[in-house]
Amino acid sequence: MAQQATEIESKIRGYILENLLFSDNAADLANDASLLEQGVIDSTGVLEIVMFLEGEFGLSIRASEMLPENFDTVDNMVRFVLRLQGTQ
Amino acid sequence: MCGIAGFFGQPAEREAMRATLETMIHTLHHRGPDGYGFHVGNGIGLAHARLSIIDLMTGEQPIRNERGTIWTVFNGEIFNYRELRAQLERRGHRFYTQSDTEVIVHLYEQYGDRFVEHLNGQFAIVVWDDERRRLLLARDRAGIRPLFHARVAGRLWFGSEIKALLAVLPERAALDPMGLVQTLSYWGPADPSTLFKGISSLPAGYLLAIEESGAETMTCYWDWHFPGSDEDGGSVEGPHRSIEAATEELRALLIDAVRLQLRADVPVGAYLSGGLDSSGVVALANRLTSTPTRTFAITFAEAEFDESTYQEAMVRHLGTEHTILRCTRRDIGEAFPQLIRHVEAPVLRTAAAPLLLLSRRVHESGYKTVLTGEGADEVFAGYDIFKEAKIRRFWARQPDSRLRPRLLQRLYGYLENSPVANAALAQSFFGKGLEAIGRPVFAHAPRWTTSQRALRFLSREMRASIGPWDPLSWYEQRLPPQIMSWTPLARDQYVEAKSLLTAYLLPAQADRAGMANSVEGRFPYLDHRLIEFANRLPARWKIRGLTEKYLLRRALDGLLPPQIQQRTKQPYRAPDQQSFFFDGEPLDYVADLMGSGRIRAAGYFDAAAVGKLVDKCRRGDALGFADNQAFVGILSTMLLDETFLRQRRAVEK
Repeated sequence: MAQQATEIESKIRGYILENLLFSDNAADLANDASLLEQGVIDSTGVLEIVMFLEGEFGLSIRASEMLPENFDTVDNMVRFVLRLQGTQ
Repeated sequence: MCGIAGFFGQPAEREAMRATLETMIHTLHHRGPDGYGFHVGNGIGLAHARLSIIDLMTGEQPIRNERGTIWTVFNGEIFNYRELRAQLERRGHRFYTQSDTEVIVHLYEQYGDRFVEHLNGQFAIVVWDDERRRLLLARDRAGIRPLFHARVAGRLWFGSEIKALLAVLPERAALDPMGLVQTLSYWGPADPSTLFKGISSLPAGYLLAIEESGAETMTCYWDWHFPGSDEDGGSVEGPHRSIEAATEELRALLIDAVRLQLRADVPVGAYLSGGLDSSGVVALANRLTSTPTRTFAITFAEAEFDESTYQEAMVRHLGTEHTILRCTRRDIGEAFPQLIRHVEAPVLRTAAAPLLLLSRRVHESGYKTVLTGEGADEVFAGYDIFKEAKIRRFWARQPDSRLRPRLLQRLYGYLENSPVANAALAQSFFGKGLEAIGRPVFAHAPRWTTSQRALRFLSREMRASIGPWDPLSWYEQRLPPQIMSWTPLARDQYVEAKSLLTAYLLPAQADRAGMANSVEGRFPYLDHRLIEFANRLPARWKIRGLTEKYLLRRALDGLLPPQIQQRTKQPYRAPDQQSFFFDGEPLDYVADLMGSGRIRAAGYFDAAAVGKLVDKCRRGDALGFADNQAFVGILSTMLLDETFLRQRRAVEK
């Protein structure tokens, strides 16, 4: 379970660094940093993340789940993916 | 309407001075293809490139007063010139041309530096006073016509475009990092900044006086002014007894503005976007002329940008003689380098490029001047940003409300990837700036947060040379101190007028896109009497509920088909980064300029980060505003570098 979480975290971090921060520097992204606060994502940015998560982890994400608490930090996203994987 | 250039100081041989002027003015041939004019005196050189619109036979510039002691060159139109001439002749002044230009020298004789306050028009004016040995530079109130200047080697140099200065001052071809950072934040450099170190833009509504000693005095003769508000946010001064009276007055002003701006000795055409503003102008012009108006419009293949249904309705309604330019993504991508060559600054959107192509069609159709609807959204509060700010203020009164922010969904209906398509996220995004509620830049905080994405791509060296940069605070310290005494809408309108209209829309879309093809744009909504009238209106007559430009719609009632009169604002936009990628590959020049070699050599941006952005665009994943703006901003900066800066860098190495 922990290993799964680490893998998920790694993939999500990789995606955000590459596609939203355009950076190679892991230190640019803290797992608990609010991406909305920092202006890294706006609502179109979240759509991009949703598309990535659905594709990468084989999920189906409902509009009603597109809430800040599921997407605003790396930690939130990992938890969200784990929860959905448990049920899908 | 034209191009101007020249210098003051450091006398030299006539032939040398004339040669310098020729070098400068030939760079402005596109602004004035109908002939050149020169005046060379002791330590003074004035040059003019003419686009003949008023007084085709005798209106050549430079123009002088009776005794030849006052000279002028100017770019633009003085629409009330006939009335001014009549007044001046009654006072004994004698005219030798039929031009609008000539009123300038006589007004200066009569009123000195305050001559400019009598002008109703669009203009960049230079006046030379040979008796007092001083030079005056003046720009119109809204910032329609450009005027740049630089002080080098004991001379004050001026020109309509920066290229006229660079032709004789090549050492000034160096990027000003502050200009870049302002452009990436606010969409355009803030006057007097430009993208070039040591070259200044004369701000709109300003006069610059230069004495022979070199002493310079800057005077602001006009600014957007709003009345103070009372406690309920209503205007203290309410000159209108009723909305009916205001509607009547507005209608009369609109008719007069269009009437004045139809004055020309050549035919005047019009742009017809299909929106309320340009439709209103065309409807009024049609009533004032005996022949149907000649109209021009752009259509796009992508539905998100296209407005052709509305254009067709207007053409049918008015019976105009209409020309359509079909614009594809590729057309935009291919025209973009030429656009930047003219704009002389980076841009964050491609929307000016189709207008460049449209003006080419206008020119090929034999027209030199067109009326457009530019300015109505700033003056009458048409943009979504004003409604967005209204909703956010409403929400800020109860920040925990889940219901209030739902109103945001009424906005941005025309966007394919709308920032409000997801309600919860829209709330997070727009809610972020709620704590800025007490600040004059409240309305612009979300927009300037988005555009700041481009700043992430700056190189370490660039960031170091700029230092700490807070776009909100920097802009605030420029604002007039009394701004917080105005109504919230007035504050928002002021910031929009200065940061977007004057710094980006007028330079790129209104002036440069037209002048590149020798086409003069005319903007009745920016008649300063209209601006002053609108600025005195209570907010509820500009945005009523969530209906924008309320009073303007009332004033145009009966002139337009209902589908246009009631149409909600769809801002003019064009495809952005999609204009540069086809089948997953960038256009050749894009691949070259955005490649890591070029990016590194120029030094403005981080090559690795730019590479990732380019890859994202190539994959078709760059969906949002932030990425599109960053891409277009970086590409246009690299085009600026390629066109104006790279050669100089090579010389200095």
